[in-house]
This record gives sequence, C-alpha cells and structure tokens, in this order.
Amino acid sequence: MAAPSLEAPRSTPYRRSTSRRSNYEMYSWLFMRLSGAVLVVLVIGHLFVNLMVGDGISGLDFGFVAGKWASPFWQVWDLAMLWLAMIHGSNGVRTIINDYAQRDMTRIVLKTLVLVALVFTVVLGTLVIFTFEPCPVGPDGAFLEGVPSFCTS
Amino acid sequence: MSSTDSEAVEAAADRNDEQVDGDGRPHGRAGESASADGGQLGAIPRFDVTLRIRRYSAEDAEDGKPAEARWQEFTVTVNGTDRVLDALHKIKWEQDGSLTFRRSCAHGVCGSDAMRINGVNRLACKVLVKDVNPDKPITVEPIKGLPVEKDLVVDMEPFFQSYREVMPFLITSGHEPTRERKQSQEERARFDDTTKCILCAACTSSCPVFWTDGQYFGPAAIVNAHRFIFDSRDEGADVRLEVLNDREGVWRCRTTFNCSEACPRGIQVTKAIHEVKRALLTRSV
Ligand code: HEM
Ligand code: SF4
Ligand code: FES
Repeated sequence: MAAPSLEAPRSTPYRRSTSRRSNYEMYSWLFMRLSGAVLVVLVIGHLFVNLMVGDGISGLDFGFVAGKWASPFWQVWDLAMLWLAMIHGSNGVRTIINDYAQRDMTRIVLKTLVLVALVFTVVLGTLVIFTFEPCPVGPDGAFLEGVPSFCTS
Repeated sequence: MSSTDSEAVEAAADRNDEQVDGDGRPHGRAGESASADGGQLGAIPRFDVTLRIRRYSAEDAEDGKPAEARWQEFTVTVNGTDRVLDALHKIKWEQDGSLTFRRSCAHGVCGSDAMRINGVNRLACKVLVKDVNPDKPITVEPIKGLPVEKDLVVDMEPFFQSYREVMPFLITSGHEPTRERKQSQEERARFDDTTKCILCAACTSSCPVFWTDGQYFGPAAIVNAHRFIFDSRDEGADVRLEVLNDREGVWRCRTTFNCSEACPRGIQVTKAIHEVKRALLTRSV
C-alpha cells in the first residue's frame, strides 16, 4: 500500500494512548470554572480589604495580619483562597504540561513536581492559618513590638 | 482574448478572463473610465503581487542532513477578481511547476486547499488577493500541526483518524423503516450548522491545543460528532459523547475561538464544541 515506511514515525505524536473511561477531565474542567468564579470574589475581596480599606497599603503590617487571623471569618476566607488558588493553579499547570510535554516520562516528572509543590504549600499554609500566634511574647515574657492592640488590652 | 493574455489561457477556465479588457493598456479602476471608452465598462484592475511561500521537499536533503523548509518569493500579475488560488496556479503554471499544493473544486466545496495565508487559515480558493493586503508580500504556508509532505501539502491522516473515531455515520437500532426517517424542522435546525463542514481542517490546524498536542481530537472531529449527536434520527449519541469525554476530547478545548474564526463555511465551531460539553455535563442531548 501507499508509503507504509513513513507511517510509523509520523503518526507517533498523534496516536492516542488507549482512552480511559472516566469523567476526570470533565470534573477538572468544571472545577476550573467554579473555583475561578469563587476566586474572583475571594481575591478581589482580599485585595480590597488589605489594600484599600482604612489606611490602605500603609496600614499593612504584622499587627494587621495577626488581627485578621484572630477572626474565624478571615481564617476561613484565607483558607478557601489558599486551597482554591493552589488547586486551581496546579490543575492549570497540569493542563499546560499535557499541552507541551510529549514524552510520558517528562509528563510524570513535571506533574510530580507540581503535586509536591501543591501539597507543600497547602499544608504549610493551612498550618500557619490555624496555628498562628497573634500575640507572640519575647524571652522576657513581654509582647513583641507590633502585636495587634487587642493583645495588650 | 488578446495575445497579451494568451499565455494564461489554460487558466481561463475558472478565472473571469472574459471580463478582462485585453487591450494591453493599463486599466483604470472598475467603472472609472466607462464614459471615456465603452470597452472599459466593468474593467478589472490588474496589479503585481508577491507571494512568499513556505516550501519544503524531502528531496532537498543533502549528505544525510534532513531537508529544511525555506521561503521563496514569486511575483505575479493578477486581476482584481483573482483569488490566492489563482495566483498559486499562475506560479505553478508559468514559473515553477514544482510548487505543490492541493486543490480540487476551486470553489470552496471540496475542502482541499486550506492553507495559512498571512498567518490565518483560509481556503485559497475563497480569498481574493485584493482582500489580503497585496501591497506587501502575502505569506502562504501549509496548515499548522500536521506533518508537511511537500510545500503546502500536509499529511491529513491524523485529522481523518480523529474524524473516523467519532463515527460520523447514522447509528440506529431496530428494523429499517420502509419510508424515510421523519424529522421536524426544529429537530433538523439543531444540527444544521454542523452539516456544512467540508473537512478542510482549517479549524483543527488553527487550534493552539492541537499545535502542541496532536492527540487532541480537534474541532473538526467534534463538529462532525455534533452533526450526529444532535440528530433526532440517530441513536449513537451516548457512544460519541463517551468518545469525546476522553482525556484528549472536548475538555481539551480552551475556547480560543480560532476555529470559529478559521472556518470557511462560517460554522460556529466553538459553539458546537460547547454544546457537546454541555451535553456531556448534563448527560442529555
Ligand atoms: C481570579 C479569578 C480566576 C478566574 C476567574 C480563573 C479562571 C480560570 C479558568 C476558567 C481557567 C480555565 C481556562 C480554560 O480551560 O480554557 C483557568 C485556567 C488557569 N488558571 Fe485561573 N482563574 C482565576 C485565578 C487564578 C489564580 C489565582 C491562578 C494561580 C494560582 C490561576 C492559574 C490558572 C492556570 C495556570 C490556568 C491554566 C491556563 C491554561 O489552561 O492555559 N488562576 N483559570
Ligand atoms: S468545521 Fe469548518 S474549518 Fe473545520 S473542517 Fe469543517 S469546514 Fe473546515
Ligand atoms: S479547492 Fe475545493 S475548497 Fe478550495
């Protein structure tokens, strides 16, 4: 038949690995849109409160952050933002890896790196949000400089 | 037909040469000189245009080094009514017979001559030279993402492979009806747009996802699946939806709209892809 000698090397990048029957990509697609919509609110709200309200950006210091994380409302807000942005962003990078990395091994290595970075950041961030000490004391037992006002009152 | 045009006589069949005033004098713009000279009525302007064509031939390989694509410029005189395909014909017939491209119907029906003209996918037979800024060299390249065989000819096999995989034929169960399979006008209208596809690959080869990931089914396969998924007479929707639920199926689409922009039949490709996505999400057509 026509030019069979050329067929094999050419078709390699086009040959689909056996299709997997799962809804994984569908849920991933849906998640990108849903998390994106929630992120718009979370991120704009975050920027507004941190940079615009009150003293604006000049009011941003340790005390400000500590004050926010003393409130369960902001703990949940920041936790949601952390998780959603990290999963959304990592899933987006996964898509880009699928776009560009052709060899299976390259894909596996890159996606593993993304997953490690995701888990590390999410675990560390979650830990910080919940174990944060808003009123740290020095070795002398006194509050450190810059603690929020509610520590001393 | 005057002697000045006679060397292009072979080309006359699908060009409007009859309308060209063949007196050999420079022509004014159409209609401009109608009163000065009755023969000029409806005269078509002629102008020179340069085509910058991306050429590749495996035969150019030297001493074991693989052949490389190169750019070559050709200047031809065309009529204001000529299409890029006519300019390519002129080059092939009058200047360089080795220039290789596909065309069959030359009238936007067969889908053979999709190519990248000034960076966008078009059918060479549907785009007028005067409409793609002939003041500068017009670049003509093969469509992207498919292996080039020679000059503007690409290997369409991966494209048709995806097309075959969505089963673009009527799937029914039960006995053949003795009469036609009836359908209301509303039912027909649901997939009217996607019946227009001529499989030119302009959409698939304009898709940035397909450029980097050749395993992606691509817009054309989804358009042709849509054609049957939303056909009330067809019973294979679930199978086709399952095929497109693949890792390399509809979810690969990033809604860039390049495909809708490229389609020479004006099919709203991105919308069709979205309708398939929605059918998968709701599991209903
Ligand atoms: C602010 C609100 C955001 C919205 C509305 C949003 C929305 C989206 C949507 C809908 C997609 C899917 C695109 C597609 O498949 O066609 C996407 C992809 C992506 N997003 Fe977001 N996103 C937001 C924030 C973020 C953040 C904070 C990050 C980083 C941490 C991020 C990183 C990414 C990446 C890397 C992709 C993949 C890009 C691609 O598919 O080429 N996004 N985003
Ligand atoms: S959908 Fe349009 S661009 Fe795509 S193959 Fe069909 S006719 Fe060509
Ligand atoms: S040659 Fe048939 S579509 Fe252009």
